Amino acid sequence: MSNKEWPLWEVFIRAKQGLNHKHVGSLHAADVQMAIENARDVYTRRMEGVSIWVVESKNLHANEPSEQDELFDPANDKIYRHPTFYILPEELNHM
Amino acid sequence: MEINLEEAFQKRIDDEIKIEPRDWMPEKYRKTLLRQISQHAHSEIVGMLPEGNWITRAPNLRRKVALLAKVQDEAGHGLYLYSAAETLGMSRDEMLNELHIGKAKYSSIFNYPTLTWADMGAIGWLVDGAAIMNQVPLCRASYGPYARAMVRVCKEESFHQRQGYEIMLTLCQGTPEQKAMAQDALNRWWWPSMMMFGPNDDNSPNSAQSTKWKIKRFSNDELRQKFVDVSVPQAEILGITIPDPDLKWNEARGHFDFGVINWDEFNQVVAGNGPCNKQRLKARVDAWEKGAWVREAAVAYAEKREKRNLSKENTNAA
Amino acid sequence: MAEKDLLYNYTLHLADNSMILGQRCGEWCGHGPVLEQDIALTNIALDLIGEARSLYQLAADLKGGSATEDTVAFLRDVLGYKNVLLVEQPNTDWAYTIVRQFFYDVFHFYLHSELIHSTETRLSNIAAKSIKEVTYHLKWSSEWMIRLGDGTDLSRDKMQEAVNGLWEFTGELFMPSKIEQQAFEAGFAPDLNILKPMWQEKVEDILAESTLYIPEREYQQKGGKTGVHSEHMGFILADMQFLQRAYPGANW
Repeated sequence: MSNKEWPLWEVFIRAKQGLNHKHVGSLHAADVQMAIENARDVYTRRMEGVSIWVVESKNLHANEPSEQDELFDPANDKIYRHPTFYILPEELNHM
Repeated sequence: MEINLEEAFQKRIDDEIKIEPRDWMPEKYRKTLLRQISQHAHSEIVGMLPEGNWITRAPNLRRKVALLAKVQDEAGHGLYLYSAAETLGMSRDEMLNELHIGKAKYSSIFNYPTLTWADMGAIGWLVDGAAIMNQVPLCRASYGPYARAMVRVCKEESFHQRQGYEIMLTLCQGTPEQKAMAQDALNRWWWPSMMMFGPNDDNSPNSAQSTKWKIKRFSNDELRQKFVDVSVPQAEILGITIPDPDLKWNEARGHFDFGVINWDEFNQVVAGNGPCNKQRLKARVDAWEKGAWVREAAVAYAEKREKRNLSKENTNAA
Repeated sequence: MAEKDLLYNYTLHLADNSMILGQRCGEWCGHGPVLEQDIALTNIALDLIGEARSLYQLAADLKGGSATEDTVAFLRDVLGYKNVLLVEQPNTDWAYTIVRQFFYDVFHFYLHSELIHSTETRLSNIAAKSIKEVTYHLKWSSEWMIRLGDGTDLSRDKMQEAVNGLWEFTGELFMPSKIEQQAFEAGFAPDLNILKPMWQEKVEDILAESTLYIPEREYQQKGGKTGVHSEHMGFILADMQFLQRAYPGANW
């Protein structure tokens, strides 16, 4: 008897309308339909969701952690992208 | 080079920066975590058995659905933990195999039998109570996937202990037979629950490294003391007696003193000689083996369907 | 039979089916073929027992006095239970469990699709809530029928064996008991004769897709609805009622 393991899937749940789908964990399922149903049974037992995405884990691509510095550090000194960089008179209140 | 990596790794941990699956980590860190998380996962699924035992016999419908939901949660917790462990490079099937061949351990508490309905109460109150005490600090463990799984587990676990305590309370307010049942369950589950925190600190060789890696935040004895301190007043509310003649308040320490744990019993159960070790393992192996054809057929069907879909696409394209 | 008694007894037909099938599904908890499906089947058990509770609460209201969902659910002997033979059949293996579930889900689905129009609003409300759950159960069990029927040679054999073994318990679903007949005439229960062709069509469709077939033997068992159960039922109740019987009147 062959012993092929069911593939691993990553599960993303939208907690309520208007929010992003958020990664909540993973599970095993033989096919995509089962993956969605398993996600429903495993990750929404306490009304945690209104929508489910599943992606087979092998289809998820990520950057290399070794590239951390060149990918993310350059954003550090671009403070002009943040509203607090700009000095405005206090009486303006909220802008 | 290796030394620099290790230093940088330790510095991240010291700075409370989480380690994520693809980050560099010392091999020993990976192995320690893998062992701990998979053991924890095994404990959840073996832990389904002593309580699952009572699902068909639950005394009323409210208790039946609560117990079913609780045991189901344990399956969920096992699943979250296996998933976290899988990010460290071992598949769930491999981990299960290690459980089945007796190489991997699980919490010894589940090798004790559940004899009466009061055991459902005592397990929820004491065993889950001890587990929560162990688990809450793990929500801050240095390894991201483990910490996240534990956050989920702890959130769901909160009803378990209340469920158990409510069972005890109802029994203690019931007939004399019911109260005796509750006392008996406390007698049988108290010491095994105390053992759940593991050996005394001076006898726990791996603790120092785990603490340094922030996989462990409190020592076994610290957690055990905390467990005793919160359990004593809970037993008083129930009106039943913790089976420890040496248990008494120590004003100077600000803690309860308690008796010596029978470590010989603990070691025997760990070594496989507990009352239910063989039955528990057999139940898991049976479930796995009897499910083999189901898992295999599901894969075979998925492959067939994919092939059919592909040939349909090809026909459409042509 | 007075209208109230009739409704009480009809409610027990519905409740006992869900209760006993829920009890059977609950036996799997901790022993499933894979963790995800252990959780899935427990969800179904919880849905079924949840539905049974609503119905037993209605029955208890109708009975009045000191009756509760638990006295109705736990304190009858075998002859008093009105569930069909199908739902009390043992789990045996995953194939039997799926086929039993599927046969019942198809029935449950069409029954509730009609029951939501019942003139008795207490029943139609319960049906309206549970139809969503049952729709999901049917989807789940249909997919497993197809997956295992059309899976490997071994899985097909096991599924066909289960279909053969359980087929003789499907006819009873559509043989109205006196109570069901009277309830239909009184206007609050569906006509089982209308449900039968719908059930048959759906079952044939899914079996065809599963590469499985209906066995040739025609004979159909009956008795559950009137309390003449299989021997399994006594053991189910021995488990289920143990504490209620051993400690009469105790609170749990």
